[in-house]
Amino acid sequence: MEAEPEVPNPPDAAPHLVVALDDAVAVIGGFPVLAGASLSVVAGEIVLLRGPNGAGKTSLLRLCAGLLPIARGTGSIFGLDLATERELIRPRVGMLGHRNGLYSDLTVAENVAFWGSTVGATNDEVAAATARLGVDGRLQHVAVAQLSAGQRRRTALACLVARRAELWLLDEPHAGLDAAGRDELDAVLTQAVDSGATMLVASHELERAGSLAHRTVDVIAGQVHDGGNES
Amino acid sequence: MSRWQIARLIAGKDLRIERRSKVLTNQVLPFAGVTMVMFAFALDASNVLERVAPGLIWLATLFSLLVLVQRSFAIESDDGALDALRVAGIDPVAIYWGKSLALALQLAVLEVVLLIAAVVLYGAKVPLGGIVLLVITLLTATCGLACVGTLYGGLTAGFTGRETLLPLLVLPVVAPVLIGATRAVESALGTDGVALSEGWPWIGLLAVFAVAFGAGGALAFGPLIEEAT
Repeated sequence: MEAEPEVPNPPDAAPHLVVALDDAVAVIGGFPVLAGASLSVVAGEIVLLRGPNGAGKTSLLRLCAGLLPIARGTGSIFGLDLATERELIRPRVGMLGHRNGLYSDLTVAENVAFWGSTVGATNDEVAAATARLGVDGRLQHVAVAQLSAGQRRRTALACLVARRAELWLLDEPHAGLDAAGRDELDAVLTQAVDSGATMLVASHELERAGSLAHRTVDVIAGQVHDGGNES
Repeated sequence: MSRWQIARLIAGKDLRIERRSKVLTNQVLPFAGVTMVMFAFALDASNVLERVAPGLIWLATLFSLLVLVQRSFAIESDDGALDALRVAGIDPVAIYWGKSLALALQLAVLEVVLLIAAVVLYGAKVPLGGIVLLVITLLTATCGLACVGTLYGGLTAGFTGRETLLPLLVLPVVAPVLIGATRAVESALGTDGVALSEGWPWIGLLAVFAVAFGAGGALAFGPLIEEAT
């Protein structure tokens, strides 16, 4: 197994906590999808979430994105309370779930430009985002409906880059990508972290995602076991 | 970006998608046209069609509104874009206004086509003196319908069976628009000798409806899509 990358913060520096969950519970339709999640993630970290299907990995990402209300326990993202300040958290978070959040009738360039425009991204930033994900050139003028699954995934990631997300929440980001696409994705994720982004990655591809991650956290039956950065 | 800029961005995106997919021109307008023809078959008696033409225009508009609203939110829910809009922290009021604006523009095109169809198929006449009332009726009714459609489209976007739920929710709510717009257009067209002046009070009803749903819908839209998606 490859050596895990070094966490950006040196041990003696005060780490800037991006995700701080303490016994967080989230409920959907009366069913607790998270039944006590405790997790701390510092700035610049890539944390791999590992667990079987239905364990609560996606729910944990949705909670961190402010899409799921916190029913019990406490949680904050960038120091902002998940119970009361979700509207302030969301603009700083980018989530790539099972679906890509793209408009199939628009071209690649139009999709990236739309999502970039929501944060006031310039044309240059949008062009840089499409180039970085390899969806520039001829491809940028193609409607998303005509793209392969991997190309759509890369377009969705380009939208995240254009949106300048600080916390990336990625759910099976390698799904649908060919070998070259996976290598490109890993390079993009590494580059984003080098630029200051923090990432939570839920994946079943433990070897590939594990080689990117600084540490791995187990999600089992709605509970999160984090032995990493507990304060 | 300001709320209005985001709303324009959303409306521009919706209209661009419409221009590409041509759902309005290739599906909704033919559907509305067929509806008008079917009305003509059902009410094929001397003078009846001309008398009921204003009501039939608005009935066809309401049926077509349902198709447009479902399309407007299908593009958001097909690939999780509505969730993405929420995660991006985009102001729900701006989403509401933007989608309402795009819907209103499409409805306006539809209503003009339906009016022309009523003239051609039903023999309705548009007197010059009634044009101002007619235009204001179209504007106010369109705003009200677009606001209601967007509000309930957002509410049902996350539900399975939204195709059947949407008409059940929307049609009773827009009954005042159907009544007010029909009476106002009857006055504008002088149907059955109704005086022009009798149409203006109905404009008041349509305006109040549009303002109420424009403001109330903007406030309710955010919490509704939070619960629905």
